Amino acid sequence: MISRRDFLQAAMATSALYGASGFGNWSRLAAQQALSQDDLLSFETSGNVTLIHITDVHAQLKPVWFREPEINLGVGEAAGQPPHVTGADYRKLYGIADGSAAHYALTHNDFSALAQGYGKMGGLDRVATVVKAIRADRSDALLLDGGDTWQGSLTALRTNGQDMVNAMNALGVDAMTSHWEFTLGIDRVTDIVENELNFPFLGANIFDTEWDEPAYEPYQMFERGGVQIAVIGQAFPYMPIANPGWMFPGLSFGVRQERMAEVVQEVRDAGAELVVVLSHNGFDVDRKLAANVPGIDVILTGHTHDALPEPLLVGKTHLIASGSHGKFLSRLDLDVQGGELRGVNHKLIPIFSDVIAPDPEMAALIEAERAPYADELAEVIGQTESLLYRRGNFNGTWDDLICDALLEVREADIALSPGFRWGASLIPGSDIRREDIFNATAMSYPNAYRSEMTGETLHVILEDVADNLFNPDPYYQQGGDMVRVGGMGYRIDVSQPQGSRITDMTLLKTGEPIDAAKTYTVAGWASVNEGTEGPPIWDVVEEHVKRIGTVSMTPNDSVKVTGV
Amino acid sequence: MKLTRRETLALGLAATTVTVLPFRAVAAAEDQIAAFTGGADIGSGDITLTAPEIAENGNTVPIGVEAPGAVSIMVLAMGNPNPDVGTFNFGPLAGSQSASTRIRLAGTQDVLAIAKMGDGSFIQTSSTVKVTIGGCGG
Repeated sequence: MISRRDFLQAAMATSALYGASGFGNWSRLAAQQALSQDDLLSFETSGNVTLIHITDVHAQLKPVWFREPEINLGVGEAAGQPPHVTGADYRKLYGIADGSAAHYALTHNDFSALAQGYGKMGGLDRVATVVKAIRADRSDALLLDGGDTWQGSLTALRTNGQDMVNAMNALGVDAMTSHWEFTLGIDRVTDIVENELNFPFLGANIFDTEWDEPAYEPYQMFERGGVQIAVIGQAFPYMPIANPGWMFPGLSFGVRQERMAEVVQEVRDAGAELVVVLSHNGFDVDRKLAANVPGIDVILTGHTHDALPEPLLVGKTHLIASGSHGKFLSRLDLDVQGGELRGVNHKLIPIFSDVIAPDPEMAALIEAERAPYADELAEVIGQTESLLYRRGNFNGTWDDLICDALLEVREADIALSPGFRWGASLIPGSDIRREDIFNATAMSYPNAYRSEMTGETLHVILEDVADNLFNPDPYYQQGGDMVRVGGMGYRIDVSQPQGSRITDMTLLKTGEPIDAAKTYTVAGWASVNEGTEGPPIWDVVEEHVKRIGTVSMTPNDSVKVTGV
Repeated sequence: MKLTRRETLALGLAATTVTVLPFRAVAAAEDQIAAFTGGADIGSGDITLTAPEIAENGNTVPIGVEAPGAVSIMVLAMGNPNPDVGTFNFGPLAGSQSASTRIRLAGTQDVLAIAKMGDGSFIQTSSTVKVTIGGCGG
């Protein structure tokens, strides 16, 4: 039973007109009473424009458990700044009571226990209920999807994203941007964009490599409440580097800050009174973009899966972080007068699936999409005694399990699992169904390779990935977490430059130091190289779980972190 | 626009074959700079170098340079075995002092652009381009 509510009543005023924003208002405004749908949705409609933001759903049609990170380090100017605040520090910063619903939704501590009480979050049928309720208040509210929508589940994989396209069309999305969408392959993306989507697919930073010309619509103008609104799309900047470029040859991405400045100027010249960037840059990249490019009123951030209960103000730009996996939706009521943003009223709405009633139409659509795969999804492969989660900078139990599977089934010395930020959690005592394994692995380049690597190569890989995470300049970060390693320990000093962060690499099974010149057998998955051979990772994990029956993970202390 | 430029792409490709050149790249770059400026001081000013923060393909990295009022802009890839990328010269009738090309980068490094201005002064700017093995974003 949900026993209390102290949630998100913060109608945060961040402009001069409505008063100053600040941390800590949250708890003061929050009430201690039972959680109800009316409370979760209550909002004082204000201004003349309403934006609804959802992002990084990762194809989760149904409610899930999703544990927020314990370790989420910021470097450079982002050190210690939101969203790089976790656990008790996060609750203190935003005035969240221990054991509260907000504690469960936004921080990692006591996750398994609180999950029993508060239940799963998300579900697009619940999201549909919230969207309809907001549109009952303001019929022309703009619903914007930040991307990473068509990938992350068995059904999205089997239908090449069709289930999510159908659901987002039904939800009434007004525009989206992208990242994992392109891992369906350029032909499928083109088919969806041209023939399936009811709304524009925006990306101001996507160019064709041959002529260096824009490949997608950069922005869409909307008129809402008498206000001219420009929504500029910004796709994930490092698409061909972080994901397989051969799946979408001919496209170039990048932050392209100058391009963003030009497009902002272009839409202002075209009469935009409100400029919104629908971004898949990642939070720290957007923070820098907001500081360097004038004229953006709101950045709806994505990619890094952060959820913040208040807007973060950079100059005059409001950064909104709406979480991932359908756990949250942000509502923004904006007051735009004379071409200027005068007031911001914000609420991060948590989608508690046991509190918010499913929308019947969307529930029916979801069941219809899942029906052909129902038996496959539901098959129980094993059980877990441990919490299985992925999110966090260095390791999580889901990836420990995947690395164990790679070591055992692929008979390797060392296993590598990519530092993805998507993947639902499982609480202790759960069945591990096939659906759960796919929720942690479903993607279009799943082959579990087995190859030989020297110690030097392994070091180069770890240094390279570490710099993608800990380069002090966010424009050089790619927004994933550290590659997960099985069978090998290491020490990382996040304050050092590339080449000097990783030391003390140790082969765990012998306790010997990794020899730069020696060759090791390495198994991994999600290689960006074309023609990678091996069984799909979900088959490897399934075989391993079947062998062991009940999963029990021991705490992983093989990565020593310093320089924080 | 009257633009004379060296075969930068060809130079970039040539870099693969000269990775074992016996002189240090930095010293080579310093020699190039000295030859271009004649040892004059180099300041900062209205010069823009456009380059990706992270190269999508280190073998062909698009860059652009612009320096209004320049008569000549030299581009150096400071970490390449042969750092000389090319020098763009602009005649008096040039509509703008800008140029773009694609270069090859041997690894993460700074790309440097130095402009010789109409009054004989020099200004420079640089940009770090990261060349990464990638594959773990998400």
